Amino acid sequence: MTIIDAGKMHFRQLNDKIRGMNEDVTICGCMGQRYLGCGLKGKVLTIHGTPGNAMGAYLDGGSIIVHGNAQDAVGDTMNDGAIIIHGNVGDAPGYGMRGGKIYVRGNSGYRTGIHMKQHKDKKPVIIVGGSAGSFLGEYLAGGILIVLGIGVDRDSVGNFCGTGMHGGKILIRNHLELPNLPEQVVKTVATDEEKGEIADYLREYCSIFSQDFESLIKDQYLLLRPDSQNPYKKLYTYY
Amino acid sequence: MLKEGQIRIPSGCAISGIFSKSGERVCGDKIVRSIAMMHDRSNGLGGGFAGYGIYPEYKDYYALHVFYDSLAAKKKCEKLLEENFDIINLAKIPTKKTPKITGEPLILRYFALPLLVKLSESQLDEKEFVARVMIEANTKLSGAYIFSCGKDMGVFKAVGFPEDVGEFYRLDEYAGYSWTAHGRYPTNTPGWWGGAHPFAMLGFSVVHNGEISSYDANRRAIEMYGYKCTLLTDTEVITYMVDYLNRKIGLTMSEVASVFAAPFWQTIDRMDPRAQAKYEYLRNLFASQLITGPFSILVGFEGGLMALNDRLKLRSMIAAEKDEMVYFASEECAIMAIEPAPDRVWSPKGGEAVIVTLNGSDQAWQ
Repeated sequence: MTIIDAGKMHFRQLNDKIRGMNEDVTICGCMGQRYLGCGLKGKVLTIHGTPGNAMGAYLDGGSIIVHGNAQDAVGDTMNDGAIIIHGNVGDAPGYGMRGGKIYVRGNSGYRTGIHMKQHKDKKPVIIVGGSAGSFLGEYLAGGILIVLGIGVDRDSVGNFCGTGMHGGKILIRNHLELPNLPEQVVKTVATDEEKGEIADYLREYCSIFSQDFESLIKDQYLLLRPDSQNPYKKLYTYY
Repeated sequence: MLKEGQIRIPSGCAISGIFSKSGERVCGDKIVRSIAMMHDRSNGLGGGFAGYGIYPEYKDYYALHVFYDSLAAKKKCEKLLEENFDIINLAKIPTKKTPKITGEPLILRYFALPLLVKLSESQLDEKEFVARVMIEANTKLSGAYIFSCGKDMGVFKAVGFPEDVGEFYRLDEYAGYSWTAHGRYPTNTPGWWGGAHPFAMLGFSVVHNGEISSYDANRRAIEMYGYKCTLLTDTEVITYMVDYLNRKIGLTMSEVASVFAAPFWQTIDRMDPRAQAKYEYLRNLFASQLITGPFSILVGFEGGLMALNDRLKLRSMIAAEKDEMVYFASEECAIMAIEPAPDRVWSPKGGEAVIVTLNGSDQAWQ
């Protein structure tokens, strides 16, 4: 494993160094360098500090572990691998993501999982431990978004959840009141079978962040899905 | 050179702010180090700073910062100033020659008070008098531009990267309780000295990352109240709307925020009746001051600072606190660079203003 002290290194130089290594890399003192681990695969990239925007964009395997908060556009269009954040994440994590996993210990910003999609064996998953900002799962086309709301005393999701959603699933723990969903989204309480689909991901999440899997999976989850009986023909024309 | 309105350039920007609630004066070097972290968000076509509490020795005088394209423009503008003001001090703003900042205009600073005779003759209050002189100079005198005219505050801006602009203006020689900064990446308009942020009027200053779709509607409305948008850039109109709503109408800063980033009608529908009545009133009465499109702004005012995102939060903004210090920035790294161990870091919601003041109140105008 190589350790790089990022300091004030420009992002281009830092990324070139990471790409040039044929082994796992740990970055210390990260200070806003962008595009870290962009298109990376087959390596573990560990980051201490504050990575810049678009971290793990186009990630294609391996993993990125952040000890700190991440900024905006984490995992943009990522295809495979895992991003693990031991802090909060900014706006639009998992934008257009089409495979792999993003696990966040804390909160996520606006537009988490916007336009995520799935195809055959590619099924992206995002788990947020705390709360998620407004427009969670906007234009969601596939994959699974899970918000656990651990330690959150008020609403764990913001306004306009699932706007434009036409595929995939959103599961929100212990948050059964969710008024003002778009008409095209149906909400139910997840059955044991439906919870079974997220059990492996949740178990993995709990082992990473030292959470109690057994108690979390026992709780109730609100499940949001698009309503195939009520498509979007009148979304932009009300009357 | 073609200026605003004559050319369209199809961006990103960076903003950063520091506020000391205890009024402790912070060296200008700190805000420069913060905005420098976001170098890649700007492209060298504009950078600027606003500092509050920076002129304690002249705090009762209006500090006029002026760009002149030529000596002829200076002569004309100084005639206007001398007719209206008692100028107690004038000098070039100290700058440092650096190859990174070129083509500078003449940059002067005047500490002044309106002439009593002129003021009473005008039947205006003092601030309105100063604002009108500023508007007259900026609209009628070609080649002169008063870009800052508040008390105990000042704007420093130029074409260049913000960290170079900070060095050029020797900001490490100033200290203030509040600082804002901007790194520009002009999108629709070219970069020139006057077009750099912050935009200021009296004690208000605005730095802005975004693009305002409602610019022309806002401009037409505000020009009905005597303001003149001379720069054809969206941030200018925000500055005048803050001045209009807060100074002239008397709205609090949080009410101003509710006008700019008014909640959606469907969000208002879900509020309790008291809140509903308030937001409906503000939306209806100040519909022309609603700002649409993506924005994140920092509004400096006498004794305070307000951070506000558009209601859809289409631009980034992060806030942090450490004891009596409050920080705002487009990216968290810009805060971490100057405060590595904040007590709290959070992302304000879209449309949810964060207002910090010296005395803890929401009022800028008392």
